[in-house]
Amino acid sequence: MKEITIREALREALREEMHRDKTVFLLGEDIGRYWGGAFGVTKGLAEEFGDERVRDTPISESAIIGVGVGAAITGMRPVAEIMFGDLSALAMDQICNQAAKIRYMFGGQVKVPLVIRTPFGAGVNIASHHSQSLEAWFMHTPGLYVAVPSTPYDAKGLLKTAIRGTNPVFFVEHKLLYPVKGMISEEEYNVPFGVAEVKKEGADVTIFATLYMVHKALAAAQKLSKDGVSAEVVDPRTLSPLDKSTIVKSVKKTGRIVIVTEDCKTAGVSAEIAAIVAEEALDYLDAPIRRVAEPDTPIPFSPPLEQFVIPDERSIIKAVKGVVH
Amino acid sequence: MVEKTKLLEMYRGMLQIRFFEEKVFELYGQNLVPGTIHLYAGEEAVAVGVCANLRRDDYITSTHRGHGHCIAKGADMRRVMAEILGKKTGYCKGKGGSMHIADFSIGMLGATAVVGAGIPIAAGAGLSVRLRGTDQVVACFFGEGASNQGTFHEGVNMAAIWRLPVVFVCENNLYAMGTRQNIVMGIENIADRAAAYGIPGVTVDGNDVLAVYEAASEAVNRARQGGGPTLIECKTYRQKGHSRFDPATYRPRDEVEEWLKKDPIPRFKTKLIQMGALKEGEDEKLRREAAAAVEEAVKFAMESPFPQPEEALEDVYVEEESASRK
Repeated sequence: MKEITIREALREALREEMHRDKTVFLLGEDIGRYWGGAFGVTKGLAEEFGDERVRDTPISESAIIGVGVGAAITGMRPVAEIMFGDLSALAMDQICNQAAKIRYMFGGQVKVPLVIRTPFGAGVNIASHHSQSLEAWFMHTPGLYVAVPSTPYDAKGLLKTAIRGTNPVFFVEHKLLYPVKGMISEEEYNVPFGVAEVKKEGADVTIFATLYMVHKALAAAQKLSKDGVSAEVVDPRTLSPLDKSTIVKSVKKTGRIVIVTEDCKTAGVSAEIAAIVAEEALDYLDAPIRRVAEPDTPIPFSPPLEQFVIPDERSIIKAVKGVVH
Repeated sequence: MVEKTKLLEMYRGMLQIRFFEEKVFELYGQNLVPGTIHLYAGEEAVAVGVCANLRRDDYITSTHRGHGHCIAKGADMRRVMAEILGKKTGYCKGKGGSMHIADFSIGMLGATAVVGAGIPIAAGAGLSVRLRGTDQVVACFFGEGASNQGTFHEGVNMAAIWRLPVVFVCENNLYAMGTRQNIVMGIENIADRAAAYGIPGVTVDGNDVLAVYEAASEAVNRARQGGGPTLIECKTYRQKGHSRFDPATYRPRDEVEEWLKKDPIPRFKTKLIQMGALKEGEDEKLRREAAAAVEEAVKFAMESPFPQPEEALEDVYVEEESASRK
């Protein structure tokens, strides 16, 4: 085992897959030798693999994804980077109408092994155009997979699975998680899609959380344990495919669920999880389903405003205490 | 000088598309075609003149007005017709329809009904060719309306800076649905836009198949030899309205009549006879063959079953992986 950051874990996954498979290549804005990616994930890869396989692009999000689609359907395995997740809006047609739909629309004739990496998340004071959490847009798009890793181990293993897979993957990274450290195996491994992980076992309440919220949920769970509340933290790791059975099983055990996500509340990821629990485990619930999510506003700039909208440990603890008596 | 066999192959291809489209028009008049239809009649010289320069392993991307591109690239007309009728034996098993036909076995990477969306995809296929080290070429078809999309700028620019083997073929039929070009563009020739990307741009008479063929020949050779992309603008005209329910009353009658006089098929026939490459009797025979092939496609499509309703749930994801979905 070794300890590395999520940034390093992602880079290791890219490097290993590029060594293993010549058809894997990277494209995106400022990912090459001059910058190495806005968050430094691809640093050193252009030097190692050359500018052809680590390709700086013009500021053209729609064509970054479109070129990725064209390459993916003709024998390559592109990994496209969108510098900030908010900017995926510029490429929505290529992501949701082309990458996600062409296999289906063409009657299963073609595979689209395209990975789109992009960071979401608030907390660094860069306001509404660089801070959103838009996972629900992509979870709502049949034909796409959506990965949401919270640890270095999961980030590396899921990215390797995404690159080796044959379906288009929207791979979410949280910008506050890049420097977060964790232990990973020195051996080769993958993390399968559609398999949630119980990050902490507990008996009294299930906390469903994704990305950076997993860490806040774990911190909240630790504090709750001092008050005698045993919380179980479930991390889905991929939102599509979604491991419903692990969520439902946990709820059947604890009888309570608090859903914590960083996207805004209305029609968000938390709404889908709540609906699943209501459909499949209502009879096991001892308390109403609770959601902790961002209010329905854009992400504000000024630190006190921004901190107000991001779910925190305190709001998680408050929600848990509201359902555990 | 183009060889006689090539000339006749092109003439046959144009007849085939025209007969096919006339039959589709007739079938939807009989309410046998679900949805809508965008016919290629009148524009045959473009698809045929370009595809006559392509190998089977070369790629094309297509548009909502794509039947002609499929046939010119060598698709099986029976499966094209079956798809148009929504049948299980169609190229997309009834999931795509008229606007979304693809045949990956002949490099037909699919038609998109989002105007301009195929342009960056074509550039991506070009990048794939480059990275795999083959000498394939990509022909990207789109209309003049698509050249106002951001994807045109982004896709052509990317192909240009990386000198990708892509031939951008603009079918300028003067109208984006009902909007005439002069209302939405400050230029007369789309090919002028090539200068902005530092690539060659050429405007040709899109109703003259030999003019298209020669421009495409030069562009395809340049692309195959690593010389990068070309923008070819083919001035043409659709003989029918934009889609199924469009009587095209926005087009002045004298303009329509003028263009009908420039119908690419009689023009090419006259030229072939002048060149001694075709005799009247041979023309009759070619027309009978084209009509018979269309009839066979219709028979195949009509006799084919519709898909089972539950098949709507298949092909969303690659199967082996969807097994892990819970």
